[in-house]
Amino acid sequence: MKTERVYTKRSFWELNRRSGGYLLRKTLKAKIVSIVRWLLVFGLCFMIIQPLIIRFVNSLKPEIDLYDSTVKLVPRTVTLENYSIVLGLTDMPNSMLNTLWISLLTSICQVVATTLVAYGFARYDFPLKKFWFACVIATIVIPPQAISSSLYNYFARFDILGIIKLIKGNTLNLIGSPTPYVLMCLTCMGLKDGLYIYMLRQYFRNVPKSLEEAAFMDGCGTMKTFLRIMLPDAMPIIISCFLFAFVWQWTDVFYARNFLTSSYSILANQLSSIETKFARTLAGVVQGNASTTVAPARSQQLISIGVLVCACPLIVLYLFAQRFFVESISMTGTKM
Amino acid sequence: MNRTEQNSSFWGDLWYSSKRAVLKVVKYVFTPFIPSKKHNPEYYTMKSRNARIGILFILPFILGFLVFMVRPLIQSLWLSFCNVTVVQGKGLQTTWAAFDNYYYALRVDNNFATNLTDEITRMLVNSFATLVLSFVIAFILNQQFKGRTVARVIFFLPVILSSGVLSGIDSNTESYNLMMGMSADVAAASGVNLSASLQDLLSTSGVGSGVFEVVFNMIDAIYDIIMASGIQIIVFLSGLQNIPRSLYEAADVEGCTGWESFCKITFPMVSPLLLVNGIYTIIDFFMKNDNAVMESINEYMYTKKIDYGVSSAMSWLYFAVSIAFIGIFSFIVSRGVNYYED
Repeated sequence: MKTERVYTKRSFWELNRRSGGYLLRKTLKAKIVSIVRWLLVFGLCFMIIQPLIIRFVNSLKPEIDLYDSTVKLVPRTVTLENYSIVLGLTDMPNSMLNTLWISLLTSICQVVATTLVAYGFARYDFPLKKFWFACVIATIVIPPQAISSSLYNYFARFDILGIIKLIKGNTLNLIGSPTPYVLMCLTCMGLKDGLYIYMLRQYFRNVPKSLEEAAFMDGCGTMKTFLRIMLPDAMPIIISCFLFAFVWQWTDVFYARNFLTSSYSILANQLSSIETKFARTLAGVVQGNASTTVAPARSQQLISIGVLVCACPLIVLYLFAQRFFVESISMTGTKM
Repeated sequence: MNRTEQNSSFWGDLWYSSKRAVLKVVKYVFTPFIPSKKHNPEYYTMKSRNARIGILFILPFILGFLVFMVRPLIQSLWLSFCNVTVVQGKGLQTTWAAFDNYYYALRVDNNFATNLTDEITRMLVNSFATLVLSFVIAFILNQQFKGRTVARVIFFLPVILSSGVLSGIDSNTESYNLMMGMSADVAAASGVNLSASLQDLLSTSGVGSGVFEVVFNMIDAIYDIIMASGIQIIVFLSGLQNIPRSLYEAADVEGCTGWESFCKITFPMVSPLLLVNGIYTIIDFFMKNDNAVMESINEYMYTKKIDYGVSSAMSWLYFAVSIAFIGIFSFIVSRGVNYYED
């Protein structure tokens, strides 16, 4: 006859008694670990978020509340007047649009160029490969300040082997147009391009080589293999490189200050001059009193509004693309 | 060539061996590019073809590196040894000045040398803290708990908030310094500064002060440290996710405790990323916009007194220092890193 086993649901303490106290210890440990973890995560998250919240709350305060010591966090009246001041000072719709298309253009150029180069490094063997890859690493390390002045001079009198001078009779002045940006991005010398090459190369190296061999046997050419087989798989990592490039380009001051001096209004440039601009407008109101200074609290408020407005599109972008980041970077593998 | 015919002196030997080495390199480099059925049959092999394609792929980088990196670098190295004056309409005029600019940067300018040493000590402390913190955070974020996605989103925010203008925007202004001064006064008067009072307590009770000072400096700079660890967290997280689950299961079956499997599996598996992250942290720290050395370089480049000679000398000094530190770091760490092969 078949014996039937009956499973009865035992209480926690009963189980604990049977295991000799092990269950209780284990549960308690898990609880404590989760509490400590929660505290840590919450504390660190709070630390990151808190300045943003304070900035946001501050930005809604009218000016009087800033000097009122009884107002700490919650403003007496909520006003959007500060935003309109900042939007006016920074020439907002215009500079936002300019920043948008310049960042898009440059980051697309960066991604196209770095993907090609990274694929070359990952998949082909050629003389001096190690040397060139060392050069890629070197481009990350060299401070842009070291080369900015001579780059400026180069682009101010731009010429390719004297050809332009031969045709037009004069060298080109590219300062003030996005062309230097685009040229540098197309040749992998843009902002942090070395890092993207490194990341993409790590990804391409981990793709099984048999895929390409199969494609080759089936008569796929080099370009076709790259476009049809490697690229579709690499899309997540390429998108996350694109997002990195976009974010860093959006907030970049260095190239903006050097190459787009005054002809385009760029968010980064506008943002760093909010304070002086506001002081100037105030001085205009007070009628020629040149030494007008803005109260520190007030100018901090305006700057933090600028920061919020500048960071907002990026945060929204990230919320949509967040799943790409970690997943795709985890595909690049751990090997150097 | 018959060696006995040659004058077998030291210089003759050197000439002979260097010629051979150069010829070997030249042959190695140019084999894939010279089509000649008679002299270079290797041109037609698959290997040469692949080499040509590879070079074609990285051609944009080579061009960019030569034109936008090597050329300006050489120029700025040249400028750092010259007295540079800006002439309207003609560009820069240079006169040779040997090491004057370097002398000026290190001995005459009263900020640069102190800033440099300050930044280096700060870099050492902060990058150590950044590495540890980002590893801990990545380790936590890799576990299963409620609200993990939200936490991941928040921990990425530093990447946005510490980039470009946003990083130093409010600490670079005069108003910020004014405010900071005021709030420090207020805090000192009311005695609410927790870390300072704790520090007082510890130092009066006779605990060694040197180490504690470093620790307290870290705690005070925790916001900066978190802000600097956005990318590092992502990289560590990716490394942690790449560790095969089976390793932990095997360790569990063998009776490893959590701590043991952390020491024996997690840490060694992630250690190659320690190298990458460490280098990235050091570079990131050296290149920051609100870095005092960067500020003094910028000062000579854009704002106060425009002197391209001094500013290039400064940036070359800075470059040399940062390369040295990266070299030392990667030398030390690469000894202890182990690579896992599947």
